[in-house]
Amino acid sequence: MPINSRLNKSGLDQKDAQSIYRYMLLARSISEKSWLLTRQGRVLFSMPCDGQEAADVASAYALDTATDFIVPYARSLGAMLVKGMTTQEVMLNMFGKAADPNSGGRQMPMHWGHKLLGIISMGSSVGTTIPRASGVALASKLRGQNAVTMVYFGEGSASEGDFHEGLGFAGVHRLPVVFFCNNNGWATSVPVSLQNAEPQVAKRAQGYGFPGVTVDGSDPLAVYQAVKAAVHRARSGDGPTLVEANTIRMMPHSSSDDHLRYRTQEDLENERKLDPIPLFRDFLITTGILDETSDQELQDFVDLEVEEAIELADDAPSAAAETAFNGVYAP
Amino acid sequence: MSEKRFIDAIRDGLREEIAADAAVFLIGQDIGVNGGVFRVTDGLLEEFGSGRIIDSPLAESGMVGVAIGTAMNGMRPVVEIQFADFIFPAFNQVVSEAARMYYRTNGDFTVPMVIRAPYGGGARGGLYHSQSVEAYFAHVPGLKVVVPSNPHDAKGLLKSAIRDDNPVLFFEHKLAYNTVRGEISDGDYTVPIGEAVVSREGQHISLISYGLSVHHCLEAAETLSAEGISCEVVDLRTVRPLDTVTILESVKKTGRVCIVHEDNLTGGVGAEVAAIIAKDGFEFLDAPVQRVAAPDVPSFPYNPGLEDVLLPGPTDIVRAAKELAAY
Repeated sequence: MPINSRLNKSGLDQKDAQSIYRYMLLARSISEKSWLLTRQGRVLFSMPCDGQEAADVASAYALDTATDFIVPYARSLGAMLVKGMTTQEVMLNMFGKAADPNSGGRQMPMHWGHKLLGIISMGSSVGTTIPRASGVALASKLRGQNAVTMVYFGEGSASEGDFHEGLGFAGVHRLPVVFFCNNNGWATSVPVSLQNAEPQVAKRAQGYGFPGVTVDGSDPLAVYQAVKAAVHRARSGDGPTLVEANTIRMMPHSSSDDHLRYRTQEDLENERKLDPIPLFRDFLITTGILDETSDQELQDFVDLEVEEAIELADDAPSAAAETAFNGVYAP
Repeated sequence: MSEKRFIDAIRDGLREEIAADAAVFLIGQDIGVNGGVFRVTDGLLEEFGSGRIIDSPLAESGMVGVAIGTAMNGMRPVVEIQFADFIFPAFNQVVSEAARMYYRTNGDFTVPMVIRAPYGGGARGGLYHSQSVEAYFAHVPGLKVVVPSNPHDAKGLLKSAIRDDNPVLFFEHKLAYNTVRGEISDGDYTVPIGEAVVSREGQHISLISYGLSVHHCLEAAETLSAEGISCEVVDLRTVRPLDTVTILESVKKTGRVCIVHEDNLTGGVGAEVAAIIAKDGFEFLDAPVQRVAAPDVPSFPYNPGLEDVLLPGPTDIVRAAKELAAY
């Protein structure tokens, strides 16, 4: 298919494509700089999203960001930015400072949650979010909200019982929810071949009575198209969809992990060919949506925004130690 | 005032809260057309429809996970776990998610959810329809755990639980449903969570208990009174948070304490009550603190003879109280 018509077919215009690219660059910049901050000891923990920016950003871009809900997982940085979390808020989260809107420094970095933005809080116990998303969607149905809920998780979480229970419930009640699985092939060190004899997660949707689709997670246009259709289906009352994006994991599981214990340098180099950022940059330049100069300007601008957010977050106050006793119970 | 059975008081509480607040709905297994296996929700589907009374798949973790999601989007779910014994698949959702949502979001999100479950032995339910599970949850910051003993408290506490912005575990002894009756106030009223009550005044010994065991304590107190031993019965009603003031006031008055529960002994609620008394009521004590509880056996066996030998009852309480009185 000619490249221009690919953009048209996706339902996105040039401004959308530029916006998605900018969010992808921003997510990459934050992820890379956060990793460096952990190496410098200024930040204590990070979960890089390098390699799945197209999937995170383009999927969230298909939502009505003002009224829809996201139930995130730790690599949902790109989706958080699209949903309205600012670079400054992300950096306050990385540094665990009092003004972090996600948890005020109570949770580890990248454990997202922001009520005002419709981001439903996540903990570290993966998969628990999946029935929770069905519940958020059930409440939308009961309350007559015209909202769609999208929940993000990895293919490792799809092995949890809560995956099965959450999708089962959503299927029965035809809930307005999109299950978005980032299948990057690795759950920390365990390859997908040891998660399930059937590596394609989307196939399981059939067992719950709704469609499952697999898309190239390095192609934001393909991701957007698939999720847009799933969101439309959900909002129309036709029920859930399981969208699986095949993505790559360019970095270790977390700043506490060393992926060379279980992956080869060659494997990592090969996978780099699927890095969505240069791929999308090439597309945008070939189609004339972006030129080399404006790309560099955009990159510089994004880096500056992140650098400024880092300095401000580093200087921001932590919550007073004695507040650790507070807020066990709601009044 | 009117006399009600325990089960009717709970159903009335549910009905009134569903009618009063559009955010309240029920979810559980067999609670719809079947009215629940104990019939607690009998008639509610007809009255309120399938949007308010939802029959869940056979999946406790998913059910509680779904309920948490609804609670984070404006609803007030009341979950029924068919038997307390089956709550464990949902333990992670309750403890890792619901209990700490408010804390971990620095006050951004609340989880106003009630989980009701029938507990307790004596119904010949064997190892998996007889357990007391309150101690597992009473350990968890962020949860409230309520175990009412009579119809009046059950209805009033259930209403408080549904209106509470925190997750509340609400345990109902299955033998109480049809056997415990009592006077109940007319109209809308609540009983506050976290307040114990003195069910019977006494001078010599404090019997501290909750749930169905309170009735065993009252029966024992009657027996002992004929022998000149005056027992005070404290009904905790809530096991988290504990009403330390009422506990200590009673200990101060009597100086002798026996804590009674059907849950097994080690690590039970009685251990926590004993620790509170040991620290803040030490100077009031005239005898070591006694506990009457099920022995540390996995749960009650099916055969009546095997079950009855393990179930703590009035005879055990009388024996312990006499030891205390003689000390």
